[in-house]
Amino acid sequence: MIELHVNGEAHRLDVAPETPLLYVLRDDLKLNGAKFGCGMGQCGACTVLVDGRPVFSCLFPVSSVGARPVRTVESLGTVERPGPLQKAFIDHQAVQCGYCIAGMIMRAQALLETVAHPSEQQIREHMSPNLCRCGTHMRILAAIREVAAQGRLPGAGPQKVSA
Amino acid sequence: MNRRQKILAGIGAAGFIGIGLFLALAIKPAIAPVARPDVALSPALVAQGERIVALGDCVVCHTAPGGRAYAGGLPLKTPFGTLYTTNITPDRGTGIGEWSFEAFRRAMRQGVSRDGHLLYPAFPYIHYTKVTDEDLRAAYAFLMTRTPVHAPARRNELPLPLRFRPSLAFWNLLYLREGPEPATGDAPAERGRYLVEGLGHCSSCHTPLGVIGGEKHRESMQGGVVDDWSAPALDQLAAAPQPWTAGQIVDYLRTGLASEHGAAAGPMRPVTENLGRVPREDVQAIAAYLLTLQKPLRTVEPPAPPGDQDQRIDRGRQVFAGACAECHGEGSPMRGAMGRPALAMSSAVFGPSPRNAVMTIREGLAWPSQPGSTTYMPPFADVLNDRQIADVVAYLRSTAPHAAPWSGLDEQVAHLRENRP
Repeated sequence: MIELHVNGEAHRLDVAPETPLLYVLRDDLKLNGAKFGCGMGQCGACTVLVDGRPVFSCLFPVSSVGARPVRTVESLGTVERPGPLQKAFIDHQAVQCGYCIAGMIMRAQALLETVAHPSEQQIREHMSPNLCRCGTHMRILAAIREVAAQGRLPGAGPQKVSA
Repeated sequence: MNRRQKILAGIGAAGFIGIGLFLALAIKPAIAPVARPDVALSPALVAQGERIVALGDCVVCHTAPGGRAYAGGLPLKTPFGTLYTTNITPDRGTGIGEWSFEAFRRAMRQGVSRDGHLLYPAFPYIHYTKVTDEDLRAAYAFLMTRTPVHAPARRNELPLPLRFRPSLAFWNLLYLREGPEPATGDAPAERGRYLVEGLGHCSSCHTPLGVIGGEKHRESMQGGVVDDWSAPALDQLAAAPQPWTAGQIVDYLRTGLASEHGAAAGPMRPVTENLGRVPREDVQAIAAYLLTLQKPLRTVEPPAPPGDQDQRIDRGRQVFAGACAECHGEGSPMRGAMGRPALAMSSAVFGPSPRNAVMTIREGLAWPSQPGSTTYMPPFADVLNDRQIADVVAYLRSTAPHAAPWSGLDEQVAHLRENRP
């Protein structure tokens, strides 16, 4: 049995230890925000936060998570009450097909939780591992810039469990 | 004069000569600034210079991350402190815009700046001194035709005694053998010797350094450590489980990738990007010379494996299955369609130190800066903890032929994590 802390909830799961975290999130916990893109850590569609850091969950053995808290896009808001980044992505129409967006938002979230007012260069460098095949990168950047201008996003705070 | 007075006079004279010698070595005159380059900058000479500068890897050190080419500012972490490379664009105020060819040649041959101050040996003038006048003139022509960039030198972070540059005169006495050493014939290996020992300055990284930062000549090309990466021995290429062929060395140096061996990583990667731009025959010459340096395998007495070796390997196999096998496992697209070798063949896995295996897992390989190359690996520093990295490295090591388990793996992993936050 593996214990996993996801979006503030503890789960006990009967999965093989080498199973990628992404499969556990999608198949066992039915959190379908993070997507399977390339399966090789090249596209970022599967990005989630582990202990506040953006990671490719497709290459992350679930047994490696340990006590570190996992956060997915589902933790940021709801359809009725989207979080700041989700709202900005909607306002800027940063989504075309939408497949990359959960990963994009989570990677941006990690930056804005740690850096209050990132520079354009910091934003671009930080976001560079995530790809959008539709080519909405400019709108994605605009959405992130808008939230960045408002200042640091609150982190998960009490969810954080020390490893 | 009695005997005592004679001895004192003798000591005095010796001291006087010593001080004179030191001053002669340490104090160099400034060379007058020039209004414009004093070499005719013909397109042919500039083109030749492009090749020389690429072979000399100048741009690798003289460019800061994200900075303008040749404008300097790259931090060089040395055991003595951090040095910042300088601006070698022809900017008049902050670069080499006022340097005559003679000033440039003196810097390359003796490690002396135009204004007369001694340069730190992180600048490999002990190698560049071997370059011919003809090639230096071409390099000068190329650099003097780059776009000038205003970029003042950053202040070096060194302890006080080392900030006193004249003391470098003693270092030069020990390590600098001034003068060109051109190829003495047309054989590719002879051209290769000229390139490897001069412009290429390969041994700057691939030879261990002594306590005052000089290359240990008796251990020439036996491998060193640079920027936390291990620069493998270059005299053991024929002793690898799958001995390197000349063709594989050429491919590796020109593309950063060799069949049966793997990919260039760490500080070697920009070197291969540079060598991809020079004529193939230059790289073939380098390979021919390197193959003349080969020695039998240096074996070290294998240390006793850690007591929990079997459990380690089992745990490592599990980490590999979850984090690595997608790309490196048998039957993965990278192994199949792209023809990449098994990790057991990689020098990072069968070499004498686990350093490069750990470094590559932690930091990955960034997307290449050049089109055409597809070598990439995501970093795992935020994915795997120390124990998992040590386990997967122990597992990989167990797959390499005739390789004894590495000792001190846990300490190495912890050390590299602390060193590279």
